[in-house]
Amino acid sequence: MEKIIGITASDGVVIGKFMFFGTQKPVVEKASPLSADLEKERFHSARREAIQTLRDLFKTAVQEAGESHAEIFEVHAMMLEDLDYIEYAESLIEREGCTAQWAAQRTGEQFSRIFSEMSDDYMRERASDVEDISSRVVRILCNVKDLNLNDIQDKIIFAGDDLMPSQTIQLDRSKILGFATQKGSRVSHVAILSRTLGIPSVVGLGSGLIDYHNKTAVLDGDNGILWIDPDKATLAFYQQQIRLRQQEEKDMAALIGQPNQTADCITIEINGNIGCPEDCELVKQNDGSGIGLFRSEFLYMESKTFPSEDVQYEAYKKVLEAMEGKRVIIRTLDLGADKKVPYFNFDAEENPAMGFRAIRISLSQREVFTTQLRALLRASAHGKLALMFPMITSVEEVKKIKQIVTETKAQLIHEKITVAEDIELGIMVETPAAALISDLLADEVEFFSFGTNDLTQYTLAADRMNPKVESLYDPGHLAILRLLKFATDNAHKKGKWVGVCGESAADIRLVPFYFYIGIDELSVVPSAILKLRSAMKDLDMKSLRNDRFLNI
Amino acid sequence: MKSFCYTVIDELGLHARPAGFLAKEAAKYKSSVYVSKNEKKADCSRLFNLMGLAIKQGESITFMIDGEDEEEACAALEAFCRNNF
Repeated sequence: MEKIIGITASDGVVIGKFMFFGTQKPVVEKASPLSADLEKERFHSARREAIQTLRDLFKTAVQEAGESHAEIFEVHAMMLEDLDYIEYAESLIEREGCTAQWAAQRTGEQFSRIFSEMSDDYMRERASDVEDISSRVVRILCNVKDLNLNDIQDKIIFAGDDLMPSQTIQLDRSKILGFATQKGSRVSHVAILSRTLGIPSVVGLGSGLIDYHNKTAVLDGDNGILWIDPDKATLAFYQQQIRLRQQEEKDMAALIGQPNQTADCITIEINGNIGCPEDCELVKQNDGSGIGLFRSEFLYMESKTFPSEDVQYEAYKKVLEAMEGKRVIIRTLDLGADKKVPYFNFDAEENPAMGFRAIRISLSQREVFTTQLRALLRASAHGKLALMFPMITSVEEVKKIKQIVTETKAQLIHEKITVAEDIELGIMVETPAAALISDLLADEVEFFSFGTNDLTQYTLAADRMNPKVESLYDPGHLAILRLLKFATDNAHKKGKWVGVCGESAADIRLVPFYFYIGIDELSVVPSAILKLRSAMKDLDMKSLRNDRFLNI
Repeated sequence: MKSFCYTVIDELGLHARPAGFLAKEAAKYKSSVYVSKNEKKADCSRLFNLMGLAIKQGESITFMIDGEDEEEACAALEAFCRNNF
């Protein structure tokens, strides 16, 4: 038995045969024994064949995945008809006396470079399209067959290096139990696709997967683990998991459309936490009331430099539009501590958790902050936006933030750009300091959201990533519960609302406590929304006098 | 020589797909068709060239059509713009 750890990209567990689909790398010779005219003819005939395949793919994709997913093939076909592209390849053949495949490859590289150097993000992404179309032509010319699932009868766990959009659409999905890829991240194409399709997937498993071809495997999308040749106990464990999950899914589906309400009719708002715009779909599928925490870091982590205002605007707008007027709370930049980006110079710190991070960066790197605020405020016209600021420790910080927000808003209005009027401002309460001065902070903002992960670490002085003290990390610790109650009472006295967006918001054991102190909102991973709804359904607060978490 | 200005309404701007259709439309005519945005100019019948202008929503582009069927091409292209982006 072998255990390989990757990145979880789509939830669920499957057991099945593991098959690795390697794209055979064509060998591209430069020198041609043929005349330039013949090579040109080969180039055009391969190009025409590729266009025909793409048109067929377009038709299939329209039926299977809808027009918007299919569009890419039509664009690819049109790109192969571009005169600049054709002329460049033809002139290479003439000038270099090279083979058609070599010319196609070089042309692809050349055009891809032009696109990747453009300042516009959308256009930069087109670089991979040019590579995709060129390698299609090269494969035809070298007689390398595209990977083919058709010869396989059973359902399999599909493994590959990374999957291109054009590969995933060609797959017969009825045969695929799950995806396992060597490369990729949570936002790569295969990750997004598998989440949309509800197929378990683990990405970023590293090289060498080909060695496990044809073996039995368990793909654990919940924990990002691939087990090869699982032993009896592991297999039995996962079979049980699958059975439980099927039952659970049935129970959960029945809760869609129901209120988040206890047996004695107390209600609460349950929202989803998301890391990228694509996750909105999951929140909607799980019947979330809105987005309680959108971590804007993903934009910074995925990028090679600080993302521009327009790039950010597009991402925020996408989320706001997807949520169709439901509230979306976007947290401003929370870099630092364990979240670092290469393009920002983080000096080595003795204690990064207590160092230069989150709002501290925003307030000292004004431009970075203003760019983000401009993008956020511009996007506010497209839905119901609320802003949340991380790592607050003082009233002065909040006043400064509000002043910058006001100035940025005024500047945008001056530029005749529409900004929503009713943007709620809130803060993360994730430091003991913020909780202890919550009476004063409540005067400044519309809401608090408890970041219980950091609040627990800071209050208990226990790093949950450090195995030696991990056991001290307990979000149900009396000290934490008292801080939560204290700050919640202070907010409610001023008529402000309070949420919890840390991981413990999804802790079923704490649900009675949240109701007891009057928490207004919980924000959790999308898959936990219905679990919480289910857990509170039979809860009767009046009969809960002896719950250990209520005795604070 | 005929010319007209058009402001892109589509929120995605002139992205790959409509640009592809526009290039096809422009290639139907004998006249040369050029599109310019600020100082940059592109041959409208060439997709990559056209995409290189990175035309966004709200931006104004100018079409310049020159040739024997310029009259017809100008009218058709203007209608095409209105219907597609």
